[in-house]
Amino acid sequence: MTSFVCTKSYEAPPIDEKEILRYAGVRGDGAELLPLLRECLDEIKGKLVYKVCYCETDASADGGTVSLGGLTVKSNDLSRTLSGCHGAILFAATVGIAVDRLILRYTSLSPTKALFFQAIGAERIESLCDAFVAQMEQEKAKACCLLRSRFSAGYGDLPLSVQSDLFALLDPARHIGVTLNESLLMTPTKSVTAIVGYYKNLAVE
Amino acid sequence: MRITEFLKDHLLYLDGGMGTLLQAEGLLPGELPERWNLTHPEVITRIHRDYFDAGSHVVNTNTFGANCLKLSDTELEAVISAAIDNARRARDESRGTQPKWIALDIGPTGRMLKPYGDLDFEDAVEIFAKTVRLGARLGADLIVIETMNDSYETKAALLAAKENSTLPVFVSNAYGEDGKLMTGADPFAMVAMLEGLGADAIGVNCSLGPRALYGVVSDYLKYASVPILLKPNAGLPKAEGKRTVYDVTAKEFANDVAELIRRGVRAVGGCCGTTPEYIAATVLATKDIKPSAILPKNITCVSSYTHAVAFEGEPILIGERINPTGKKRFKEVLKANDINYIVSEGIAQQEKGVHILDVNVGLPDIDEVAMLSTAVTELQAVTDLPLQIDTSDAGAMEAALRRYNGKAMINSVSGKKESMDAVFPLAKKYGGVVVALTLDEDGIPETAEGRLAIARRILSVAAAYGIEKKNIVFDPLALTVSADANAAMETLRAVGLIRTELSCHTSLGVSNVSFGLPARDLINGSFFALALGNGLSAAIMNPYSVAMMKTYYAYRALAGLDPNCADYINYAQAMPTPPATAAAEPPRAAGETYASELQRAIVKGLREPAAALTAELIRTVEPLLIVQNEIIPALDRVGVGFEKKTVYLPQLLMSAEAAKSAFEVIKENMKGAAADRSAFVLATVKGDIHDIGKNIVKLILENYGFPVYDLGRDVAPEAIVEKTLELHAPIVGLSALMTTTVPAMEQTIKILREKAPFTKVIVGGAVLNPEYAASIGADFYAKDAMEAVRCAEAVDRAQKK
Repeated sequence: MTSFVCTKSYEAPPIDEKEILRYAGVRGDGAELLPLLRECLDEIKGKLVYKVCYCETDASADGGTVSLGGLTVKSNDLSRTLSGCHGAILFAATVGIAVDRLILRYTSLSPTKALFFQAIGAERIESLCDAFVAQMEQEKAKACCLLRSRFSAGYGDLPLSVQSDLFALLDPARHIGVTLNESLLMTPTKSVTAIVGYYKNLAVE
Repeated sequence: MRITEFLKDHLLYLDGGMGTLLQAEGLLPGELPERWNLTHPEVITRIHRDYFDAGSHVVNTNTFGANCLKLSDTELEAVISAAIDNARRARDESRGTQPKWIALDIGPTGRMLKPYGDLDFEDAVEIFAKTVRLGARLGADLIVIETMNDSYETKAALLAAKENSTLPVFVSNAYGEDGKLMTGADPFAMVAMLEGLGADAIGVNCSLGPRALYGVVSDYLKYASVPILLKPNAGLPKAEGKRTVYDVTAKEFANDVAELIRRGVRAVGGCCGTTPEYIAATVLATKDIKPSAILPKNITCVSSYTHAVAFEGEPILIGERINPTGKKRFKEVLKANDINYIVSEGIAQQEKGVHILDVNVGLPDIDEVAMLSTAVTELQAVTDLPLQIDTSDAGAMEAALRRYNGKAMINSVSGKKESMDAVFPLAKKYGGVVVALTLDEDGIPETAEGRLAIARRILSVAAAYGIEKKNIVFDPLALTVSADANAAMETLRAVGLIRTELSCHTSLGVSNVSFGLPARDLINGSFFALALGNGLSAAIMNPYSVAMMKTYYAYRALAGLDPNCADYINYAQAMPTPPATAAAEPPRAAGETYASELQRAIVKGLREPAAALTAELIRTVEPLLIVQNEIIPALDRVGVGFEKKTVYLPQLLMSAEAAKSAFEVIKENMKGAAADRSAFVLATVKGDIHDIGKNIVKLILENYGFPVYDLGRDVAPEAIVEKTLELHAPIVGLSALMTTTVPAMEQTIKILREKAPFTKVIVGGAVLNPEYAASIGADFYAKDAMEAVRCAEAVDRAQKK
């Protein structure tokens, strides 16, 4: 059983400058890079969207085979992550195409800024996924359920081809404007699809 | 009766949702609804019939996703044929007495077009064309293109519809809560583009309920001269258990839609969540409303993928710098196919405040068709300014107009028959505002009246081609005042006459007036002021000219176009430009020593100072010595720091950018000194679109003096081999980010080994490591840009031995 797809829009989650610098390859103190980073943050301000579409399915995992509603996936790693789960949330999230435009614009003009926009996009989409999962966590807690960590196609042995199945179920092109290309990559590039399993918290019951 | 005739004095009722009803009938998530035309014809027919019975004049076939990406050619034909049969049967069975039409429904492909996605524009046109040809042959009465959330894909679909059928075409876009398409277009931009391409009705569907679409619909009504259609959702969906419910009832929906019909909407139906009940309620609530007249809007405008620029009182600046005429450096970059230079020139002019970019890449020994099309594609990827396609080659004009994501300005046509015969059919087909020069076979008339007469003739020929007056802007030609003392005044009179006698807009290439005179800026600025005073609408000009920009801001303040003179004050206070170095100067840390100020500027990543210091130095020092003794040691210092992890990637890039600006100065001063490093061919392999790593490698390699031939991303092995052979390049760098594209890398290396055994291959990318690199046959693995430099240097040394 798979539910219909719902869509959510979020306000911008708080920005973590340290994390952005980390994505840009800075491992120590990046104080002298902060002015340029803030210039980039100013430039991208108001141009991002924070959209998620998702559905819920029944789930079961059995020694390397996972079934999610009508979808069957072979993956030991996903199977381990979902072991004991009876349901899963499938979602696609994006921060929109503006960041891709800025990356392309600065690729020849200032590769440093292009790198920063890459890093900002990475931090933003991760923050959005965290915000969505945190909200799901609260909702599921009402039903005494706990969430496992989110798992995406390409993690461990979960093949990238699962993207096609997730796209067929979620239709993110229509709901949030995320498309899948021939190489199974998403546009906008700062987009994520993932599977989050949940299980009954017996301790509470 | 043709539906476009009916629309002239009737409201047109469309149908409602299909997908949501099929889900209620048991369509599984992930299942293709279009297959139900074949497997459940009775369900599809019943839904169509219910809509006809509810009062719909038009039902859309169940073919939203029916395209050759999702279905084989045979299945596609079967699906479309069954879909049209189902709709026909419903029409035959319906008890409704209204006129009924069957629309071939076309939705998005689900893929994103290049450069952000991987679908080529022409491939998208062909995908839609296949569906259109089938629908037209199998008997659809019209084509409805709907739920499009990207302007470029919308253009591909509309072009395919117009090129492959004679059926009426309705186009409907899906807007977000911000009132824009997902890829950024606002309603005015869409109206401009879609009317230009000849859509018969345009409008809005999906995304939101009717009330939330008031703003977007009002804009359509304000700007459009064709009928407006509207198919909103039944509000917003919410999960109720495992069901989805929508929050606007049929009655509320009908009342909200009725309000929009009173404001001028002419065709209404529903989208997600709406049912025959919603359509019946809408018909009941609106059938007695007298349809409002569809009034032509006299708006001259061009558009980009985000916004439209209208000629309506505000002077419009058209940046002229993308043009090789008289520019040596520009000619060189065109011959070297260096598109980055053109793109940077576009962005720089945008930052100076122009509204439209003129794009001219015409040189005698260049493939202008390919070059202009590439320039337009690359520019529209990075700037949202509308473009002015500037060429005298009709082939290049068509290629560029086709690929342009919006309604372009077309420069130019003249009163010569040959010119009009070549340009007007293109303007009619692709849309656009044509700049018309007031000259003909007999040359440029001396008097303003003579030029006005040519303008009148051009208008009448344009009308014969179906091109409206509002889409012609006249250039009455600024002639050189040093050659003819009356030249400037006649041109100014012509500007005034065209405005008052023809009510048309004008554009001038202002700087022509000052040829042969000293201090040309002074003449140009004054002439520009006079022309604006005479009613000039737009100027093709150099935005770096202080005199022109001064005139522009002063004129707007004086003409009452600048409330509180705010823009003028901002501009004036920013003059003269403060030295760019002042703000960027980081504090000098104690203990850091540098061999020279230039080395410090490069190490610290200060672009402008690096260029200025190089310019200073080059007066007394040989260019190559500067490279050897200043730039390379500074880069090495940063490079070593990066390898030791005391310097991070952003700092490495900032230094590289500073070094690049120093190199630019050196290049200008080195007359034809050939690079002595080995040629380096660089590409991200087929199937992979990640190129940030590759671009970093390119920049750093260039700094170290390697001539890099960057083939871009998603590059076929054949193209890499071809370039390597052409240059006899000793080094090829290949990049791949994903495990899935490593086979493409391996394949490329294999073909290189066969065809170009002389070359060494360096590979890099997140999924690779030294062992993996060796296993696919690469000569070197470089974990980052500095290692790539080291490898390249090793190959270069071996070459020289």
